[in-house]
Amino acid sequence: MSVPPISLESLTSTTSFDQLLTNAVSIGCAPSPCGSSEKPDDVNPAIWEKIKDHPCFSEEAHHYFARMHVSVAPACNIQCNYCNRKYDCANESRPGVVSERLTPDQALRKVIAVANEVPQLSVLGVAGPGDACYDWKRTKATLGLVARELPDIKMCISTNGLALPDHVAELADMNVDHVTITINMVDPDVGAKIYPWIFYDHRRYTGIEASRILHERQMLGLEMLTARGILTKINSVMIPSVNDEHLIEVNKWVKERGAFLHNVMPLISDQAHGTYYGLAGQRGPNVMELKALQDRLEGGAKLMRHCRQCRADAVGLLGSDRGQEFTLSEIPSEVTYNGKRGAYREVVAGERGAHVAAKVAAAAAVKAAGSRKSLLVAVATKGGGRVNEHFGHSKELQIYQASPEGIKLVGHRKIAQYCHGGWGEDTTLDDVIAALEGIDIVLCAKIGDCPKDQLTAAGIRATDAYGYDYIETAISALYIAELGVEPLAAIA
Amino acid sequence: MAFKIIASQCTQCGACEFECPSAAIKFKGDTYVIDPDKCTECKGAFDIQQCASVCPVPKTCVASGSSN
Repeated sequence: MSVPPISLESLTSTTSFDQLLTNAVSIGCAPSPCGSSEKPDDVNPAIWEKIKDHPCFSEEAHHYFARMHVSVAPACNIQCNYCNRKYDCANESRPGVVSERLTPDQALRKVIAVANEVPQLSVLGVAGPGDACYDWKRTKATLGLVARELPDIKMCISTNGLALPDHVAELADMNVDHVTITINMVDPDVGAKIYPWIFYDHRRYTGIEASRILHERQMLGLEMLTARGILTKINSVMIPSVNDEHLIEVNKWVKERGAFLHNVMPLISDQAHGTYYGLAGQRGPNVMELKALQDRLEGGAKLMRHCRQCRADAVGLLGSDRGQEFTLSEIPSEVTYNGKRGAYREVVAGERGAHVAAKVAAAAAVKAAGSRKSLLVAVATKGGGRVNEHFGHSKELQIYQASPEGIKLVGHRKIAQYCHGGWGEDTTLDDVIAALEGIDIVLCAKIGDCPKDQLTAAGIRATDAYGYDYIETAISALYIAELGVEPLAAIA
Repeated sequence: MAFKIIASQCTQCGACEFECPSAAIKFKGDTYVIDPDKCTECKGAFDIQQCASVCPVPKTCVASGSSN
């Protein structure tokens, strides 16, 4: 067994490469998919080729691959009531926020520096902090430079859609095969409550007229992308009592126009952010409201459930932003691409095959358990698809639902880190318990007796019995132990 | 007459620079500045001043005769 020439530390952390392989083998690979085909059965091969390394377009890929955003596009052509681009804060994590703006040349340097250090990097996105299509010259220059220097990086952009139809042909020419459009409404009356104004065709529009134009341009842009085979993700901000019910209609419209994924995100609203909604006291949805809406949208356009609403300068695996390690002052004035990421991909290809096989087996086991109930499980993971994080080190937990339909990721919950180098904070634990509303069981690599007991007292069980297992394998074992009506039937 | 940018409120997004039909706006030092000799207030080009229409911060891109 050889050790790869690059560090897999950031993926596996507590698990070495050797251990990774040992675990994969000990789980018992199913005969066929292991190591060769990691493609899930329900995905068309051409689409899988496009999404297999894209953490935002594939839930499966987000365990292994990282994205980075370069903040080269500060100018925007619309105003949203949830956005205040004047406010840049290193401690804040939400879309539209950045710590520094980059020129296309600086962005290239940053991409090379990150590619050299982060083997998981597979995707570069331009997501603002303004609008990638409106600030097109800078977006195009950046994508062009990166495509020349790092041709294996996938490129994507994120846009409000207003200027999108003007650039679809160029996006296709530049091999940008993933585009995210933020669509919060398909009814201008609803839009008027979200967008105070747009700047279009050399003038400012307000009110319903502004939203009508924006809506028409969004639909046109989406249709044009679909016609060219560019995969689209639709982001919708869920704003209680403004567009929450309306997003069911949005889901129908975007599905009809070929959207690949629909990502319903909760409004982030805080008076300190200085946004219109923040100052007006508009609240965001709570975790159960968000989940309830997402559940109602199942069966429509495919939902993205693993979004972390990252910053316009985020770097790393979803859920662990390393952007602050790669500010311009940390990057040498000249950097050369070392091309080491290829080795990482080879390791991942083998590991993913084993993971997919384990997932298939786990789903079958859950279905065979004969229960009609469902289990909501929170998992502490550092990536790699395994239960491999200590409870006290977790800043977020992945939420999985096991039911007679199988096992699926349904979201994540951010929690305050409980452990601070050997001691835990009880007030923090109270917040954690509140954030775990509705969760039946927490799975983690390790948990101390004290937090475990307190969680139990609050009606939430936590266990480290499945530490380092694949997440789905752990959940299926748990499901059978908890709800299996006829455990023997599952084995027979 | 010309327009001007209130530097303390400017977010440096640069939208005004590329909307200006007279190439009168440049990034100087750490802010965008309108060259009063080049600014035409968009007369003859557009009905309304492009820089002020696109600026995301209220009362930040204004006629230079107006108060701060």
